[in-house]
Amino acid sequence: MKGQQIYQQVAFLGLRLSTLIIISVLGLIIWFLGKRGVSALSWEFLTQAPRNGMTEGGIFPALIGTLCLTLGAIIFALPLGVFAAIYLTEYAKQGRLVRIIRLGINNLAGVPSVVFGLFGLAMFVEYLRFGSSILSGSLTLGILILPTIIRASEEALLAIPQTFREASLALGASRWHTIYKAVLPAAIPGILTGAILGIGRAAGETAPIIFTAACFYTPRLPHSIFDQVMALPFHLYVLATEGTHFEKTLPLQYGTALVLLGLVLGINLIAVVIRTRLRRKMRW
Amino acid sequence: MANNTKIVVENLNFYYGNDKALKDVSMLIQENKITALIGPSGCGKSTFLRVLNRMNDLIHGTRLEGKVLIDRHDIYSNTTDVVELRKRVGMVFQKSNPFPKSIFDNVAYGSRAHGIRDKTRLTNIVEESLKKAALWDEVKDKLKQPAMDLSGGQQQRLCIARALAINPEIILMDEPASALDPISTAKIEELIRILKEKYTIVIVTHNMQQAARVSDYTGFFLLGELIEFSDTNKIFTSPQDRRTEEYITGRFG
Repeated sequence: MKGQQIYQQVAFLGLRLSTLIIISVLGLIIWFLGKRGVSALSWEFLTQAPRNGMTEGGIFPALIGTLCLTLGAIIFALPLGVFAAIYLTEYAKQGRLVRIIRLGINNLAGVPSVVFGLFGLAMFVEYLRFGSSILSGSLTLGILILPTIIRASEEALLAIPQTFREASLALGASRWHTIYKAVLPAAIPGILTGAILGIGRAAGETAPIIFTAACFYTPRLPHSIFDQVMALPFHLYVLATEGTHFEKTLPLQYGTALVLLGLVLGINLIAVVIRTRLRRKMRW
Repeated sequence: MANNTKIVVENLNFYYGNDKALKDVSMLIQENKITALIGPSGCGKSTFLRVLNRMNDLIHGTRLEGKVLIDRHDIYSNTTDVVELRKRVGMVFQKSNPFPKSIFDNVAYGSRAHGIRDKTRLTNIVEESLKKAALWDEVKDKLKQPAMDLSGGQQQRLCIARALAINPEIILMDEPASALDPISTAKIEELIRILKEKYTIVIVTHNMQQAARVSDYTGFFLLGELIEFSDTNKIFTSPQDRRTEEYITGRFG
């Protein structure tokens, strides 16, 4: 009995410790970036273009570029992913074909992001002649986050009680009406979770946009989806590796990293608030 | 049984994969009467009920032999439109299952699904259906509120209202009061008795007193077979089959 209790204590300690370590890592990153980057933050930093060979000034074009790319990726990937998930869970006959498709989607999630970048380069930039542009970058990022969105949407749809579908069909509603009016609205909070994860990933990825959208430096803001843009992760990469004044730009680097982190966390926060509101309305 | 026959079931066999859930069931269901189906859990009575609006179509790997006619039309023929069938054959489930929408939107759901958009018409349908389900007085001032805020008994009457709103001819009820308290149950039973004037009702119940109280005809299922089917009075006072007698006197089940 005594031995069992000690055993339990040790197990709980292990669980607590694991959680603590995970939380500390996140806390450490935020603290580290905050301490070093906060001095670079200013209104000017957020609203002005880089100056003097990117050793001074701000990150405004990169901020706008990342917003455009992320927005584009979500516009492309969210409907596509949700429709694919609807097809897989609601329409497709569950069998070997669906299993193969699911396997494919899971594998897509495991493909290294640089491979998506190269694919985007070959497909969108070269073959479809979109050039290095917001469009190419958004599509590439969109494909990258598709598996996340599909999986989250599938899980959200599968979590909807079968009784909703039965109730709707028993009222003489068609299958599409059932999905569109009874199942999908109840699944939206879960689907939003997938979208949040996707947005976070799309905003932070570097490799897929190096070849497809990002440029080294431009003070010009994009005028169309065929323009190249600066982007926060790539800007950070450039400052940290290719700048001639590496030491001098350190505060800028930390500032950029902090803004990128803040952007992702901010988007997540907004989505979490929306999701919580919807859940409250949609509970069953 | 001199009334008009609404539903004819002939030599029905039903399979879940290789499991035979219904064995050679034949039954005549009368118009504007209440037919109760009783029997122990897993005897096939719910399966039988779900055959009548083809709800079992949703379950993968089910198979059916035999004939099911509603108004002399084979509902399992290739020309049957399942959506049209379900408009005529409404269903109320064991566990009340309102959508996470407002009371109004719940009752209007079926009509909207059938393409009715006119606001006045929808309002009329909702009011009428809620009145028929004896729920109107309790909810008329809060039609915009979530249906999930209603009590269990109210939710079930809402589901009945929702089924009535599509103006069916037949209403199938799968243990509609099994999750409710005695007062709510009494309200539902009273409602069922009133509804039979306009609708043909088939009700599955675990509760034999309920079957005896509300129904005109009763069928007793056991292990997928329809053991006995007759006037409710006759079933409960002088059952012909020994197994029926044993079941209703509580010797097993």
